[in-house]
Amino acid sequence: MKRLHLERLANPQLLALAGVLLINWLLFPNFFRITWQDGRLFGSLIDVLNRGAPVAILAIGMTGVIATKGVDLSVGAIMAVCGAVAATMVVAGYPTPVAVIAALAVGIACGLWNGFLVAILDIQPIVATLVLMVAGRGIAQLITEGSIVTFNDPALIFIGTGSFLGFPMAAVIALALLILVTLLVRKTAIGLFIQAIGVNRAAASLAGIRSRMLLVLVYALSGFCAAIAGIVVAADIRGADANNSGLWLELDAILAVVIGGTSLLGGRFSVPMAVVGAIIIQAMNTGILMSGFPPEFNLIVKAGMIILILLIQSPFATRLFVRQRLVPAKAGPK
Amino acid sequence: MNIIKTLAVAAGLATALTSVAIAQDSLNGLVVGFSQIGSESGWRAAETSVTKQQAEERGIDLKFADAQQKQENQIKAIRGFIAQGVDAILVAPVVATGWEDVLTEAKEAEIPVILLDRGVDAPEDLYLTSVASDQVKEGRVAGEWLVAEVGDADCKIVELQGTVGSTPAINRKQGFEEAIAGHANLVIARSQTGDFTRAKGKEVMEGFIKAENGGADICAVYAHNDDMAVGAIQAIKDAGLKPGTDIKVVSIDAVPDIFAAMVAGEANATVELTPNMAGPAFDALAAYLKDGTAPEKFIITESKLYTPADNPQGEYDTRKGLGY
Amino acid sequence: MQDSDYVLEARGVTKIFGNHTALDAIDFGLRPGEVHALLGENGAGKSTLIKVLTGAYQPDAGGVFVDGALVTLDNPLHAQTHGIGTVYQEVNLLPNRSVAENLYLGHQPTRFGLVDHRKMEKAAKTLLERYGLAIDPSSDLGSHSVAVQQIVAIARAVELSGKVLILDEPTASLDRNEVERLFEVIADLKKSGLAIIFITHFLDQVFAISDRVTVLRNGRLVDTRQLDSVSRTDVVRLMLGKDIAFSGATDLEPERPTTDVLLDFKSYGRKRSVHPFDLTIHKGEVIGVAGLLGSGRTEMARLMFGADPADQGTITVAGKPTAIRNTTDAISRGFGFCPEDRKAEGIFGDLSVRENIIIALQGKLGWFRALNRDEQLEIAGKFGEAMDIRAASLDMPVKLLSGGNQQKVILSRWLATDPAFLILDEPTRGIDVGAHAEIVRTINRLRDDGMAMVVISSELDEVVAYSSRIVVMRDREMVAELRGKNINPGVIVQAIANSADEAQP
Repeated sequence: MKRLHLERLANPQLLALAGVLLINWLLFPNFFRITWQDGRLFGSLIDVLNRGAPVAILAIGMTGVIATKGVDLSVGAIMAVCGAVAATMVVAGYPTPVAVIAALAVGIACGLWNGFLVAILDIQPIVATLVLMVAGRGIAQLITEGSIVTFNDPALIFIGTGSFLGFPMAAVIALALLILVTLLVRKTAIGLFIQAIGVNRAAASLAGIRSRMLLVLVYALSGFCAAIAGIVVAADIRGADANNSGLWLELDAILAVVIGGTSLLGGRFSVPMAVVGAIIIQAMNTGILMSGFPPEFNLIVKAGMIILILLIQSPFATRLFVRQRLVPAKAGPK
Repeated sequence: MNIIKTLAVAAGLATALTSVAIAQDSLNGLVVGFSQIGSESGWRAAETSVTKQQAEERGIDLKFADAQQKQENQIKAIRGFIAQGVDAILVAPVVATGWEDVLTEAKEAEIPVILLDRGVDAPEDLYLTSVASDQVKEGRVAGEWLVAEVGDADCKIVELQGTVGSTPAINRKQGFEEAIAGHANLVIARSQTGDFTRAKGKEVMEGFIKAENGGADICAVYAHNDDMAVGAIQAIKDAGLKPGTDIKVVSIDAVPDIFAAMVAGEANATVELTPNMAGPAFDALAAYLKDGTAPEKFIITESKLYTPADNPQGEYDTRKGLGY
Repeated sequence: MQDSDYVLEARGVTKIFGNHTALDAIDFGLRPGEVHALLGENGAGKSTLIKVLTGAYQPDAGGVFVDGALVTLDNPLHAQTHGIGTVYQEVNLLPNRSVAENLYLGHQPTRFGLVDHRKMEKAAKTLLERYGLAIDPSSDLGSHSVAVQQIVAIARAVELSGKVLILDEPTASLDRNEVERLFEVIADLKKSGLAIIFITHFLDQVFAISDRVTVLRNGRLVDTRQLDSVSRTDVVRLMLGKDIAFSGATDLEPERPTTDVLLDFKSYGRKRSVHPFDLTIHKGEVIGVAGLLGSGRTEMARLMFGADPADQGTITVAGKPTAIRNTTDAISRGFGFCPEDRKAEGIFGDLSVRENIIIALQGKLGWFRALNRDEQLEIAGKFGEAMDIRAASLDMPVKLLSGGNQQKVILSRWLATDPAFLILDEPTRGIDVGAHAEIVRTINRLRDDGMAMVVISSELDEVVAYSSRIVVMRDREMVAELRGKNINPGVIVQAIANSADEAQP
């Protein structure tokens, strides 16, 4: 038990997060200052949570997909579609819950479509989800007629900018989703089955796992998460921006999952660590914003940091780091 | 339902937008092809609807082709127009290079071509004229407004740049810097890219506010487009400050939402990038067809400054119907 | 024997990894013109010794001698220049390049600085003819069978080195005919004076072609013997350090017609896969399935398990007509299936031993009745112990286990589901002797406990030893059912041969 605890503390994701936060603090001494303002927490750290939430939400869904040795490139486009659905519906006068539920349903439908292509038609995930990645943004533009659909519905805006116990709503939603999905994969056998499919789909089928159904479920979950992220992002700017909402966020989500230690080759995964990965990415973004570097350096700095983080997690570094701890460990089934 | 509304408003307000309407009759009954890039932004959609209106007013039969961001589609469309024997062609080119062949074909067919809002790398004799805005000037107008607005007071400015490396971002930055140069009381304290989007504009502004003493040190925000300004306004409000008062907001484009913000007292100024590129184009065409008057090679549209004094509610209503 | 007779020799070679002594002062000598079998259970040190002899590892003590002279081999390429070539179980050539290119890769004949394809292909053709291969040298290597690829790999190794050839489990993925083909090649090479080290798990093959045998156990040299002076039992005893029952039974297990019929397949088949067959299986009965590779043995197993659903015929389980459309159906009827290709279809390499054992049971329980960690550990521990799985921990990735232990894990996976009917496809292929014996023991035990089984195996002695009946497959058709006394491998081979009208290529 003690050993487990130590390993948790020393895992590379949390170390990387601590490192990035430390650098932010060095660049900007007020980074950790949090104040109470207008009934909510206010500070850079809160911004990191709030701004990191959309990618974190995407990463929650993406983790399951990647663990099955798949990838979902369409989440950014699904965000745009679902944001557009929610926005146009409230503008057209539908009640907020109806608009939100409709947007979520559209997200799930998009996910089911991906799942159908991958699981039933056996199309490679990268190709299958590319379809919606390209088409989705077009659909979103059709819905919004090419413009930003601005809305003033207070309930919908609350989803993006409200607060709960002082925390930004987006972060609260991400946390709730994280807990829900973590429970789903840990307390049921779904997590094990997802890993099994990712490691060896042929063996999984022979072991009696309904791999098709599970794959469809995993992509549907990813679509659902993308819908939530799309609603949050639209609500945050009070408008559905079909051209830019979620643009390239699928790549950030994949990166978050990878930083979270899940291999693109499938198998072992961790949803909480993927969320940590999303927070690391956002902490980097915020750090770059605060640093005052010219924006031309943004991408270079980000790329450099990511390489560093991935290096820390590489098997080589892990060996160096874990060496002493593993040697004396002696376990066995008696 | 939105489309119908759009059309109704557009028709009703058509006259309001027609700044000049000389030589209308000479174009009556002509067929003009228009190869548009696509509908990647609200401004682009507005440009399309204004162009259609302008054509309708002048009795022009406009053949519209949406290229969906692909040059090959544009070239195909232009060849189609040539084959149909149109009287003139409008092109909003998606990229600058690769136009020589098709423009030569148009020239050989004696069909005048007018470029809208972007230039091309091709010999100037291959097209009649090019109608575009002057992005440096847009930045300069915004900067001059701010210089006049703050007077001698010290002003720490934060800048929301467009996409790094894009032409409008470079030019609008340059124009603004030219305008405030020589006024030591105006300083750009921070400058970051907001990628021309509302979401990034909000996120970057949040960071600026944290970095500048909770926003208390910031006197004004200059955004390279209105969308980022709208995002910044929300960030300022979230920080418990009053946009337009505590932090002045100046931006470029003049899209409807910035006028809505002006109505609410949350935005101070915007410089118009007019969607009406077609109007001057048709005027030049009319003059050319009438007596062969060669227009200027580069027609620069007006970069008009709008402030809350310019009836923002009216501007909002006018523009809302254009597809922004 | 004089040292100078040895073309390749290891003297007192010791190799230590961390605090584990992989090789402990090994002496090993290889004479020209001999086939020298290197035997030992998994983990005995065979591959470590080979890696030292080919320069992949440097010995911590002792030395490698070539023609009596001490050499330092920096890497396998360097060893090649000393005349030592190696062919591994998995052919590591380029399947999408031509046979000729694979033969001469890295030292192609050139003309005006360019590869002279015609010259190369001509040379390749001559070379391959010496190995009895009449194939087009310009064809892609990947278009040929594993056996041909194996021979190409040997030809390349011999061309490049010429003195010593090391064959690391070359027969593991070959069928009987292919093995014979390979043995002819080996015999020719031996005649030409090449010294050959032969590593395999198959004792038959050791006795078929080897002159001497060296046995390693736990990193130590047990003995080197002239093969004509030892028996199979001697060799096994040397390897295991104990006697095991390696039965040479000639009678099938008595049939048990009095027990209940568990399964009844009637005209059961699948188009383009398995011809319809009839088969009745009683409780406590083992049906052995014999047949050459490609005879439809595996297809029949997959059909029974629903991995490829039947499109004709009926199946009755315990008297009730039923339909098995997929593996989930089969498992819910109490079926289990250990596939032939353990790595590709059996194990979940990155998952733990524990997860690998409980996964079929969990699959049976469904998504929401999850076994918690303690339950998993208990189940995995119970079956792990019953099967004598040697793993440092139940939480270690199963891919780190030896092949034999992986096979035991898969068997445990099905036993955990408490099956009534198990299908085992080549359960003892490519695993060490200890695990082999354990699995045979388990089959006997399960049969005696009343489980029905279908066991596919190429090891005919073994099939005879535990089967109640034997069905013979040929050309995707069940062609014979052998029962009663006086069944031995010869009879089965006869049955396969009799039914095979055309001769195998």
